Amino acid sequence: MTALALDYETLYAELLAQVRALLMRPEWVGAQLVGIWSGGAWLAQQLQRDLGRDGAPGVISSRLHRDDFGQRGLSSTADPTKLPQSIDGAPVLLVDDVLWTGRTTRAVLNELFDYGRPARVALAVLVDRNGRELPIEAQLAAARISLPATQRLHLRADGVGFKLEVEAC
Amino acid sequence: MLSRRHPQLNKNGELIHLLSIEGLPQSVLTHILDTASTFVSVSDRDVKKVPLLRGKSVFNLFFENSTRTRTTFEIAAKRLSADVLNLDIARSSTAKGETLLDTVANLSAMHADMFVVRHSESGAPYLIAQHCAPHVHVVNAGDGRHSHPTQGLLDMYTIRHYKRDFTQLSVAIVGDIVHSRVARSDIHALATLGVPDIRAVGPKTLVPGDLREMGCRVCHDMDEGIADCDVVIMLRLQNERMNGALLPSSGEYFQHYGLTEARLAKAKADCIVMHPGPINRGVEIDSRVADGPHSVILPQVSFGIAVRMAVMAILAGNEA
Repeated sequence: MTALALDYETLYAELLAQVRALLMRPEWVGAQLVGIWSGGAWLAQQLQRDLGRDGAPGVISSRLHRDDFGQRGLSSTADPTKLPQSIDGAPVLLVDDVLWTGRTTRAVLNELFDYGRPARVALAVLVDRNGRELPIEAQLAAARISLPATQRLHLRADGVGFKLEVEAC
Repeated sequence: MLSRRHPQLNKNGELIHLLSIEGLPQSVLTHILDTASTFVSVSDRDVKKVPLLRGKSVFNLFFENSTRTRTTFEIAAKRLSADVLNLDIARSSTAKGETLLDTVANLSAMHADMFVVRHSESGAPYLIAQHCAPHVHVVNAGDGRHSHPTQGLLDMYTIRHYKRDFTQLSVAIVGDIVHSRVARSDIHALATLGVPDIRAVGPKTLVPGDLREMGCRVCHDMDEGIADCDVVIMLRLQNERMNGALLPSSGEYFQHYGLTEARLAKAKADCIVMHPGPINRGVEIDSRVADGPHSVILPQVSFGIAVRMAVMAILAGNEA
């Protein structure tokens, strides 16, 4: 990967274009954006604004359904799930910064269904990286890249905006 | 191994048993309250259950009867997807002469993951925590006169919900403080969370002067005790105290220490009135106050479920 390909603004512009195209389709009329806490929630907010949509997007947290609860315990730093409208019968576009193992997405899908039965669910991410441990895929992705398993990629707020950061894990 | 100084915390300072509020740092109390706030909304979902304790068994060991507390623990454990077993210990093993530790050893052999313990002897939950298997967590649901930590925590949750900041508050606890494990837990929690003005209010027989050592202001006059306070916590007057010659009669008690609208007018205009229940109308609290606009007695009950969910979820996620 070159540094340019991980430039947040470039990737965001690409994701915005893909989301805009998806929401034009008839089966996506009345769709709700739901950002996965925390990086995805920031992204969903920005998308909601740039798409000219009213109100706040939903925020969803994986913490009550995580499969590593037994090892990691319960974090209280995550914001709880907040869905401003009923998702029953509505198309839901989940937004996240990075899709990696798929475990967060699995937990979030369980969380989402605790609130009702959406008409359809798709996943939009800034970066789709290798390392999947579950049969989960992103329908929309601004970039699809490969990284060593020892590197973690995530979105960070740096005061003025956002940037994608790689760190060792 | 349980640390000798903090039998409730593991070596990383994480909660592994909840035995009393005393000895818990502010960060642990705040973590519980923050976690509880995320569980309040679980009751608003289509599916009112989360899977954090799926496959775990919670044993309610009530050596002393308490339908209400047992029920809220049961609801909390079930909302976390645990299997819950209610044991009527008082009428079975203990009646047959089994010791407390033998009872616990037997239940551990049935693969319990958590014990919720109510006992008339102070310290019984400590004893169980010291002798149970390392993977088992113990929650004190009230022991003797000593402690009732989840009630203390749900009271703190309620206060924070209505008042936001602890550091500017005046809180009056009124009634039979000497016999009350709720009062003791509340006082420790309020002090740890930084409440500057904690008042213990009641007759001399029920509010001893040595409460000053716990950081309380002791008031034997009700009007003085609740003047300008933000929170009034009323305690239940237990009937057996009346028979025990500590008090002349319930009528006279109400006259001096009952919370009426006229008395409540001396507190701040936005004062909240709390009570751990069950309430004795006309003994410690007038119906017009219990059902009035300042009363948050029923929200306390709802918050109690979220707080108990938080405690059980936190314990289950931490290893000894």
